[in-house]
Amino acid sequence: MPAGAPRVGVFLCKCGGNISDFVDLEAVKSAVEKLDGVVAVEVDEHWCSSPAGKRIREAIKEKNLNRVVIVACTLNMHQPHFMEVLQEAGLNPYLLERVNAREQCSWVHKDSPREATEKVIDLVRGGVARAKHLSELSPIVEKLNRNVVVVGGGVAGIIASLELAYGGHRVFLVEKSPTIGGRMAKFSKVFPSLDCASCILTPRMAEVESHKNITLLTYSEVQEVSGSAGNFRVKILRKPRYVDPALCTGCRDCTTVCPVKVPNEWNVGMDKRTAIYIPFPEAVPRVATVDEASCLYLKHSRPGKPVCGKCLEVCRAKAINFDMKPEVLEVEAGAILIAVGSEVFDARKVPQLGYGLYKNVITSMEFERMINSDGPTGGKVVNPATGETPKVVAFIQCVGSRDEKYNPYCCRIGCTASLKHASLLKEYVSKDIDVYICYNDMRTVGKGFEEFYRRVRDMGVKFIRGLPSEVKQKPDGSLTFNVFDTTTETLYEVNADLVVLAIGLVPSPDIEKVAKLLKLSRGHDGFLLEAHEKLRPVETLSDGIFVAGSCLGPMDIHDATSEAMGAASKVMGFLAAGEIVKEPIVAKVNEDLCSGCRVCVSVCPFDAIKMEDKGEGKFVAKVDEVLCKGCGLCAASCPTAAVTTQHFTDEQIRSQVRGILVGV
Amino acid sequence: MSEFQPKIVAFCCNWCSYAGADQAGLRRLQYPPTARIVRLMCSGRLDPVFVLEAFKHGADGVLVAGCHTPTDCHYTSGNFKAERRVLLLKKVLEQMGIEPERLRLEWISASEGEKFARVMEEMTQQLKQLGPSPLKRS
Repeated sequence: MPAGAPRVGVFLCKCGGNISDFVDLEAVKSAVEKLDGVVAVEVDEHWCSSPAGKRIREAIKEKNLNRVVIVACTLNMHQPHFMEVLQEAGLNPYLLERVNAREQCSWVHKDSPREATEKVIDLVRGGVARAKHLSELSPIVEKLNRNVVVVGGGVAGIIASLELAYGGHRVFLVEKSPTIGGRMAKFSKVFPSLDCASCILTPRMAEVESHKNITLLTYSEVQEVSGSAGNFRVKILRKPRYVDPALCTGCRDCTTVCPVKVPNEWNVGMDKRTAIYIPFPEAVPRVATVDEASCLYLKHSRPGKPVCGKCLEVCRAKAINFDMKPEVLEVEAGAILIAVGSEVFDARKVPQLGYGLYKNVITSMEFERMINSDGPTGGKVVNPATGETPKVVAFIQCVGSRDEKYNPYCCRIGCTASLKHASLLKEYVSKDIDVYICYNDMRTVGKGFEEFYRRVRDMGVKFIRGLPSEVKQKPDGSLTFNVFDTTTETLYEVNADLVVLAIGLVPSPDIEKVAKLLKLSRGHDGFLLEAHEKLRPVETLSDGIFVAGSCLGPMDIHDATSEAMGAASKVMGFLAAGEIVKEPIVAKVNEDLCSGCRVCVSVCPFDAIKMEDKGEGKFVAKVDEVLCKGCGLCAASCPTAAVTTQHFTDEQIRSQVRGILVGV
Repeated sequence: MSEFQPKIVAFCCNWCSYAGADQAGLRRLQYPPTARIVRLMCSGRLDPVFVLEAFKHGADGVLVAGCHTPTDCHYTSGNFKAERRVLLLKKVLEQMGIEPERLRLEWISASEGEKFARVMEEMTQQLKQLGPSPLKRS
């Protein structure tokens, strides 16, 4: 505790009316001025501004303040800034107390300004009482590891890994499937420029494979993460491929003899692949993988009685090894970047639109594969029911999106994706194809998107502002639906050979998995939550864990790569200091009070407390500050009050409670 | 005389529930101005004494809010510890003549602003029915 009696300065923030419109700050001021130990109370429009920061520093000097209470927004905003202000004025930054008068007060009690004002007064009393018991603390400084683990090998993970690798960091890129590339690798062309997707992506995939700073771990999953920011230990499960990647030449001889046929993920199930397979020609790494779930040898062989094994016979490189076992690789890293992506909405959930019922109702992802020259039809758009080129194609927008029944949010890609598909039909298939797009609102928000929309309109694509409620099949196999166009106020009947459902993006099970593994928060939509949507869009609330791409929410490639680069540069900034400054919110033991009972050792989730032999049979608890995360379980359990948590001591918390309740 | 407005001390963990209360603010959800939040790093930091201290000094109700069990706790298992303590405390309170319903435990995640507002609403109503804390009446 700093020398001398507490001299508290309270700084009340109007927050540009956000607080002062609902809370009577003058009343707060006169109530707070009377509190014991308070020597200054000032009101400002924005205490977070630079001149206001200067004013706080001046007040600290003028009034010889040794405690500062800021009454403003949540401490999840601007905390480092205010700590800096104290530091610059020569005051220890842990002598700062924050009172939340905005998120937890003015914004939620708009209809009761009197009670909101009383609440702020109570909270400030609590804050002042707590502040008087604050102690000077010094951050814990630790060396950090410069390695980075990137989770997810889609376009965001690829771009982030390359940025980091070129920045001189060792990158472990972990991808669960046999190849990197993600959803983008399946695309034909990308909007709005209509560049070919693989021309953009495959060179970068190859760069990942060859870059000396990148360790590519495909067919692998993060299993466990321990340690803390700056020094994580990550256990990575390497699933057995049953093919030695060092020996496999990617010749695909094995795939020609394998008798198993299962749905092919690469073509979203539109055709079949073999049990031993290379996902696609440009796969990285281009090595075969044996799918455990469908391989006859792995499923049915008994000791001495092998089943099938045809691939073993043809493999000239002798790369196939059915004795491979799962392996666990443990790596150390200073930061983790999450880019696990999302998945597409399952159109079967909207049965009235006929997907799964009629062969000629397909999803936009299937259309994407169909129009791709390396897709199941070799780039030919056909009616899957007849195999013929369709004459009328209708796109239905917002399937599963902007709908309270499924997902209330906008998928952000559906409009432009369907514009792309319509233009590809007109340009590459036939300009005589009749193309309809039934939409809610045409949302072409992005550079060049609106111009692209106009181009597609000029191509003769017909736009109907309205969505059909049901798609039916006619006896001849063609499809029909009624749709009410709200711009012309006309009910149209559309007859089409092929209906394409523009499906949006939804959180994948991987998001849930990674959130559980790393204790990350998810939004109500199920996507990962960024630390702050505007100020910290590629960080999580957990130090050292960064995030990019569509695991944060639906986004297009441009946004995913921008975020990936943003996240990579945030990681580099985080690691550049070479050391990690850890909050001194850790447990502390008073050896004189410790009875050596070991309750703290048993409740600590991080193995951060050990018993130290003091001789003569006396053992006392000792905290490892590096391992300690400051949860305070030990402090709450200690029967002799020998353990406490710095910055959250019993006295600090109890005096805050008492302060709040004064006058009750 | 104006209607009785209960006073609640809400112990919120830093990672889920404090952020959940912030989320209610960001979404401008309106709820009764009865609670005063005390931030703890983890609900497992809750020393039973804190709850008794609150009742002793005139709180009509105490809320303990943390991350959802079983997996959401930022510190792995603090929420379970909080749950155990609250269950025990309810028994202690009863013996002291304080209705155990005055102490409430809730799991509120960082995205559950709505839940935070709902809990505030419910708890306020319940405490209004119970009336002022018996410690204040005596």
